[in-house]
Amino acid sequence: MSDVDVCEAITRVHHDEWARIVAALTRRFGDLDIAEEAAAEAFATAVERWPADGVPPNPGAWLTTTANRKAIDRIRRENKRDDKHREAQMVYDDPPEPVGAIDDDRLRLIFTCCHPALAVESRVALTLRMVGGLTVPEIARAFLVQGTAMERRITRAKAKIKAARIPYRMPSADDLPARVSGVLAVLFLVFNEGYLASGPGTDPVRHDLTTEAIRLTRLIRALLPQDGEVAGLLALMLLIEARRPARVSASGELVPLTEQDRGAWDAELIAEGHRLVRERLAAAAAGAAPGRYQILAAINAVHTSARDVRDTDWSQVLALYDQLVRLDPSPIIALNRAIAVAELDGPEVALAIVDRLAETLAGYHAYHATRADLLRRLGQSRQSRAAYDRAIELAGNTGETAYLTRRRDQLQ
Amino acid sequence: MRYLVSVIDDKSNPSSTDRQPAISAFNERLIAEGYWVFAGGLADTDAATVVDNRGEQAVFSDGPFVESKEYLAGVWVWEAPDLDVALKLAAEASKICDRKVEVRPFL
Repeated sequence: MSDVDVCEAITRVHHDEWARIVAALTRRFGDLDIAEEAAAEAFATAVERWPADGVPPNPGAWLTTTANRKAIDRIRRENKRDDKHREAQMVYDDPPEPVGAIDDDRLRLIFTCCHPALAVESRVALTLRMVGGLTVPEIARAFLVQGTAMERRITRAKAKIKAARIPYRMPSADDLPARVSGVLAVLFLVFNEGYLASGPGTDPVRHDLTTEAIRLTRLIRALLPQDGEVAGLLALMLLIEARRPARVSASGELVPLTEQDRGAWDAELIAEGHRLVRERLAAAAAGAAPGRYQILAAINAVHTSARDVRDTDWSQVLALYDQLVRLDPSPIIALNRAIAVAELDGPEVALAIVDRLAETLAGYHAYHATRADLLRRLGQSRQSRAAYDRAIELAGNTGETAYLTRRRDQLQ
Repeated sequence: MRYLVSVIDDKSNPSSTDRQPAISAFNERLIAEGYWVFAGGLADTDAATVVDNRGEQAVFSDGPFVESKEYLAGVWVWEAPDLDVALKLAAEASKICDRKVEVRPFL
């Protein structure tokens, strides 16, 4: 086997097995630091040994065993042997716990990393590190934070988990829906940061983050296949990700949905997203009330069903937004709903809705961009220009700034 | 694991109603379920005296060590197996005494 093959094998195993190994070590040793460091050491050992010895027949088991040894070595070295080692041995000697589909170690790890007692930024960082296996510098880069600051954030979060005794277990049945929605919120944050990356000098789309968010959501979906919102979020991400190839022009400008080359969309991702949406529609028909991710996914399914933008079923989009507004009466949802209203009832009606949001959304770039577009369609160039100016000022995404600037400069 | 649960009141927007009967019932339950270690309400911060005897002689000064609109109105100490249990109780406690509470583990 060539070094390239070994390298690929390690990358693949890292993707597939990292979370499982960290999660199993956390259960056995009750300590996130030990689990993370031992897992990292095991992979480092694989990088050293596999090119010479060959990839073992069961790489996951090899890594788990190696990581377990590394953890015990570490505990001995750190002279915590008496308590921790005995504790670990006791866990090891216990008959294995019955593992139901829901009691997966990785799921416990995700719930621990996304615990509501941690700050949202810490949840995101910890999930990417412990479950996603991203390195601290990678996470720091993704969120435009200094490496040392990100290291501190993760260290603090782990220290709080230990000191406050945030448990490593599945939430109880009555806490589960709230806790799952917290996990989904973290994954959607990661996805959105990838999809509309912020900061000057950043690529407008961070493929690594969207891919990671989708991978982790697939993992949750595998662990909680009955959860409608998990399916909804996965469908939503897939249908947005499918449009990525058409989303940035050759010159680095963001291309809005209505102007994208639909032939460039990823048909496979769309098909998978549509399958999930149909699955949830069937569940809704059987009486399961859909949550916000399922409705957002359905809206995206309508958009991705139209081969040409003129075929878009805007009344269906509006009906779904009406449903969403009842569930989540946030001004941002109202703003997006107004875009559908503009298509059905004209820009004037939409502008009246948008203007009512002025107070709450004054600092939000999309509010000004939407207004600018509606004013442009109404021929009010001067006001449109002012709205574009404000949107450009507030937009953090390089591709979006480029697009808005061109639209403004086209105004008569 | 022991947790200190601080009850935080707000001088500019104080809790209005008398919560004592509900709090007493909650305390009975904490005792019955084995979480109770200690609890006590605190007198107003006006009654506080700060003592500093790090210098040559002890200095006594009138009032709390820090003036703020939020202040500590009382404490619980609970014994709970983990933070999830403590947070669940704390959520009830906040509702019952109509105040914010802070949960902090003892070392």
